[in-house]
Amino acid sequence: MIRFRRGSGPRARRDVRGLSTQDLIVESISGVGSRPGRLLITLSGTVLGIAALVVTVGFAQTAAHQIARQFDAAAATQVVVAPAKARTASGNSVATTRLPWDSPERVRRLVGVEDAGLVGPVDLGDLTITAVPVNDPATASATPPALAAASGGLLEAVGARVVTGRTFDSGHDARGDRVAVLGSRAAERLGVTRVDSQPSIFIGGIAYAVIGIVDDMQRRADLKDAVVIPDGAARADFGYSMPEELQVRIAVGVGPQIARQAPIALDPNTPESFEVVAPGGASDLSTGVQTDVNLVFLLLGGIALLAGGIGIANVTLLSVMERTGEIGLRRALGARRRDVAAQFMLESVVLGALGGLIGASVGVFVVVGISALQQWTPVIDLWVVVGAAALGPVVGLAAGALPARRAARIEPVDALRGS
Amino acid sequence: MSDAEEHDSALVVLRDVTRSFPGPPEVQALKAVNLRVMPGDYLSIVGPSGSGKSTMLNILGLLDRPSVGEYQLAGASTSELDDDGRARMRALTIGFVFQAFHLMPHRTVLDNVQLPMLYSGVPFAEREPKARAALDRVGLNHRLGFMPAKLSGGERQRVAVARALVSGPQLLLADEPTGNLDRATSDQVMDLFEELNGDGLTLVVITHDSAVARRAGRRVEIADGRLREHA
Repeated sequence: MIRFRRGSGPRARRDVRGLSTQDLIVESISGVGSRPGRLLITLSGTVLGIAALVVTVGFAQTAAHQIARQFDAAAATQVVVAPAKARTASGNSVATTRLPWDSPERVRRLVGVEDAGLVGPVDLGDLTITAVPVNDPATASATPPALAAASGGLLEAVGARVVTGRTFDSGHDARGDRVAVLGSRAAERLGVTRVDSQPSIFIGGIAYAVIGIVDDMQRRADLKDAVVIPDGAARADFGYSMPEELQVRIAVGVGPQIARQAPIALDPNTPESFEVVAPGGASDLSTGVQTDVNLVFLLLGGIALLAGGIGIANVTLLSVMERTGEIGLRRALGARRRDVAAQFMLESVVLGALGGLIGASVGVFVVVGISALQQWTPVIDLWVVVGAAALGPVVGLAAGALPARRAARIEPVDALRGS
Repeated sequence: MSDAEEHDSALVVLRDVTRSFPGPPEVQALKAVNLRVMPGDYLSIVGPSGSGKSTMLNILGLLDRPSVGEYQLAGASTSELDDDGRARMRALTIGFVFQAFHLMPHRTVLDNVQLPMLYSGVPFAEREPKARAALDRVGLNHRLGFMPAKLSGGERQRVAVARALVSGPQLLLADEPTGNLDRATSDQVMDLFEELNGDGLTLVVITHDSAVARRAGRRVEIADGRLREHA
């Protein structure tokens, strides 16, 4: 039964405060859902924008991961163990312990170690290294190449590529054979280009047979400039007493484990007297590459998102024009300007939120799908997905501001007349 | 009843209301109009196109403001109301019936009738029963889930009437309510208006159709922005 009030005075006041939050949400969702065709068109802009953002960032991270994996191969398989250093009263840095001569054998027993070798500089004092036995005072003096002592297996551990000849082994080392392997630049300086004629070099006047020339030592690039002789010979001829470090080549992924085990293997009583440099988790290189690639792709994603936002704004503006009659009707029925503005704004936010959710899902699907096809490892941070989905309503809010303002300014008389 | 007493109890009082639209040339759609509508009146305002009928409806419906003069509705001076106050008064006091129905095409009949209650403070739980009662009152309780496009012209106008009634207004304003209807359907709508007036609702119908105007208890003619009441 409908009751009408006969009196002329103001009616008993209901609590009229415009649209309640519940009504606003219901009206906005109804407004969005009542026109499925337009909903799809409007959503497509945001979905594409957000999906593009997720896909571009996702591919950036995936690509960076792939690139970093290549670059990281050397760094990820190198462990260096050296005696810990301490400062003396005079401020000099001295080693607190010595690496045992059988260090390579000790660490080779550890799972994941592929090669190991000791290396250290040999102090020549005033002695020189030459390719000829006679020291001609008429020739200009040149700085001789550095002299390094190494155990058998060191050159393999540092990834040396044999240009010609061979490297020495533990036999040469144990016997103290006077053989030498030249780094590529040292060989150049000494004028040695081939070893098949068994050339000799003279270190402090002692003849050493050159058995090989090596290059590409990624882990100890300084050895390219050095003459490398076995530990045994260095100890016998030059009083070499203490290796500088132990170079260990390991399998990918066992860095932290070897870092823990190697000092114990070298000296179970005082493992803390060794310093270990080993690969950890994500490397700085990987992070750097990701940052650079992310920047480029984020820029592209941002542009795509901007296009999506402009799409929402356009369609919402169009919707305001199309729904002028509805706006006039709502105003005639008692809607305040802010009710109309809030409704259009929330509709735009709902559209943005839907677009964000769908777009983020589509983006993840594309990254995973294409990565699977290319046999890449898909890499995408959770914050990218969550952030992109959350960006949807923000885009909706920004895109809805102008249309909502325009809707609120429509006069009901004009709207009703126009429709 | 003295003039003062009648004035106090009047639902609508227009005093020397003029509405001008800036030109050039300036147009005066209403010229010093005086009108008093008592509760329970059934008034028709009849006039040809361009006579100021729509301006009159807009002023009465608080959709527009007079340039000069005073409009009192339900005892309150509307000139003192701000935009929100006018929206609030429209929601609580006035029901509108338009020539073009103005139903929302993507909402059901029941949803359309519930629409005014969003703005008139009717609690959520009461809305559907009230909407059903209003549709029952206009004889459309069998069309609740229909979309407006599936209804005839007469049915659409009856949905619009139900929507106008649902918040229990004091004044029903109808702008050419039969303008889009054939004669038989028009008669049905006018019969409904008579019934509503019989229930105590105050009606102001604006029309150019003298047959529709004659159905009202009071008739006012508008021409060139001036009102003349028929005895």
